[in-house]
Amino acid sequence: MTLLASSATEHRTLTMTLFGVFVAATLVITVWAGRQNRSASDFYAGGRGFTGFQNGLAISGDYMSAASFLGIAGLIALNGYDGFLYSIGFLVAWLVALLLIAEPLRNSGRFTMADVLAFRMRQRPVRTAAGISTIVVSIFYLLAQMVGAGALVALLLGVTGDGAKRWTILAVGALMIIYVVIGGMKGTTWVQIVKAVLLIAGAALMTVLVLAKYHFNPSELLGAAASASGKGAAFLEPGLKYGATNTSKLDFISLGIALVLGTAGLPHILVRFYTVPTAKTARKSVLWAIGIIGVFYLMTLALGFGAAALVGRSGMVAVEGKTPSGNTAAPLLAEQLGGGTGSTGGAIMLAVISAVAFATILAVVAGLTLASSASFAHDLYANVIRRGKASEKEEVRSAKWAAVAIGAVAIVLSLYAGKLSTAALVALAFAVAASANLPTLLYSLFWKRFTTAGAVSSVYAGLISSVVLVVFSPVLSGAKNSLFQGVDFHWFPLENPGLVSIPIGFLAGWLGTLLSAERPDPEKYAELEVRSLTGLGAH
Amino acid sequence: MDSPPITTGPTEVQLIDDSEEFRTLRRSFRSFAFPVTIGFVLWYLLYVLLSCYAPGLMRAKVIGHINVALVLGLLQFATTFAIAAWYARYADRRIDPAATAIREAHGAVVHAPRESAE
Repeated sequence: MTLLASSATEHRTLTMTLFGVFVAATLVITVWAGRQNRSASDFYAGGRGFTGFQNGLAISGDYMSAASFLGIAGLIALNGYDGFLYSIGFLVAWLVALLLIAEPLRNSGRFTMADVLAFRMRQRPVRTAAGISTIVVSIFYLLAQMVGAGALVALLLGVTGDGAKRWTILAVGALMIIYVVIGGMKGTTWVQIVKAVLLIAGAALMTVLVLAKYHFNPSELLGAAASASGKGAAFLEPGLKYGATNTSKLDFISLGIALVLGTAGLPHILVRFYTVPTAKTARKSVLWAIGIIGVFYLMTLALGFGAAALVGRSGMVAVEGKTPSGNTAAPLLAEQLGGGTGSTGGAIMLAVISAVAFATILAVVAGLTLASSASFAHDLYANVIRRGKASEKEEVRSAKWAAVAIGAVAIVLSLYAGKLSTAALVALAFAVAASANLPTLLYSLFWKRFTTAGAVSSVYAGLISSVVLVVFSPVLSGAKNSLFQGVDFHWFPLENPGLVSIPIGFLAGWLGTLLSAERPDPEKYAELEVRSLTGLGAH
Repeated sequence: MDSPPITTGPTEVQLIDDSEEFRTLRRSFRSFAFPVTIGFVLWYLLYVLLSCYAPGLMRAKVIGHINVALVLGLLQFATTFAIAAWYARYADRRIDPAATAIREAHGAVVHAPRESAE
């Protein structure tokens, strides 16, 4: 008992020290970057001076969130093969960004997603719609990350009380606001790069250790995971989580579609394409990102099955309680790999991997806060409220205030969302992005006839339908692991709304265009087409 | 404001848009991006549907504990890497030279705004 207690203090101190080093280093970077920020383009787009490789790392840093590292490893550890679908969807989705979005967006926009939509439409309605959907998607995503931070701290400090979780969420929130307000895009990008390198190194170390335990034979690892899970071969087949009923199969399809179409509509990913000088560099950054993210997801496969074999459901139940979300699978696996509970090696590994996970969360929330506050300032404040009359200084100042406000909202909401799985929450953010943002982006870039009415109806219909369906889904009420217990107001059977709300987003854009009397401006479309394909006149 | 007007007359861009060079460029881009997108989305959906509705096929063993489901999942990774590499090559050869040529031919008339001038 005393041994346990002393080792717990030991790893706690070590984790705090490592994490303190990360925070100190990133704060130095932030202040350094902040001193170089002069124009709005520095604040929003990091001066557009990053290379393809740097931005590829930063994209990977933005994308490999707590949901990927903690969430997917946990889902695989608990549900076996069904957790793998997340990795596949998350990766394949990058092809949509590569082939259809990254280059035209880089050429035709300036700071935000709405720049592309507003190119040939009426500014105010389109920017209002896009600004609102950007902020909603980002807040869903922020919630997921902060819930992950809360779960981690419960594990690290060995407390189940809410006090420690609250302080963690507050601290994470405060730091992300500082990164964004002081460092802007340049600071945030460097934080992403540092974090991406740490995360890949941490995951690679664990993957090698897991595989080494099974003689570098993946089949042996799978066999051990299957037998430790108590479910035998079924653990390695699809269907454990989603195969039970026809409804759950539909949920699986809905999730799959949301994942593959969501990435190219995520605001914090889209703004990354503006940090490089040309469309060709934007393409290169996506190519790097696909390579880095793909390898990372292959490693989470080993980590998930490794956690199933070495930690097991019982190990997660012991830490998380009766219905584990799996968020602690990766850190617990690290402890096992280092030598187990109570050993010094275990304490060191747990501390290192937990610090990496914290760094991951911190970097992602900073990226999200930046994207949403940029959209607030550039779209809603400068172009809607001030009708384009705000000076650049005023615009950047309002972005900083928006970062504080959005950060505060995310902190407050996270305090109440503690029981949800981070991967499931992120899947919802993907569904909203795929329903509200992707249809209108594609129509704007490739459909000549598309109009303001079409753009506005597509964004609102996709946004409202996806959010309403989530509210009345089993995620909030009526199921064993719903957020609200003891009430049941759900009528939509699926956890993920994508299957219904994504077609609604596409349909609304098409109908809105056909039903409006508005004539599209052929000259503006010609300009958009030429600019998006050749870069003529691009910022 | 947002999209600073191009300094030439309005028809200049429309002329470029209508030119043979630009139409070829647009065709090269679209004839790659659109069909390939449809292709990989269908291939991915096939995988998702098989996971749901073909458990017998998916659980068939390939080697040791590795089954068809896992192999198909890893194949999704492989095709993603392959398509990305294929597009990179295609864009280098077919899109970039054409885009550069158009940009250079009209760069003198259509002035690209500098960031510093904002």
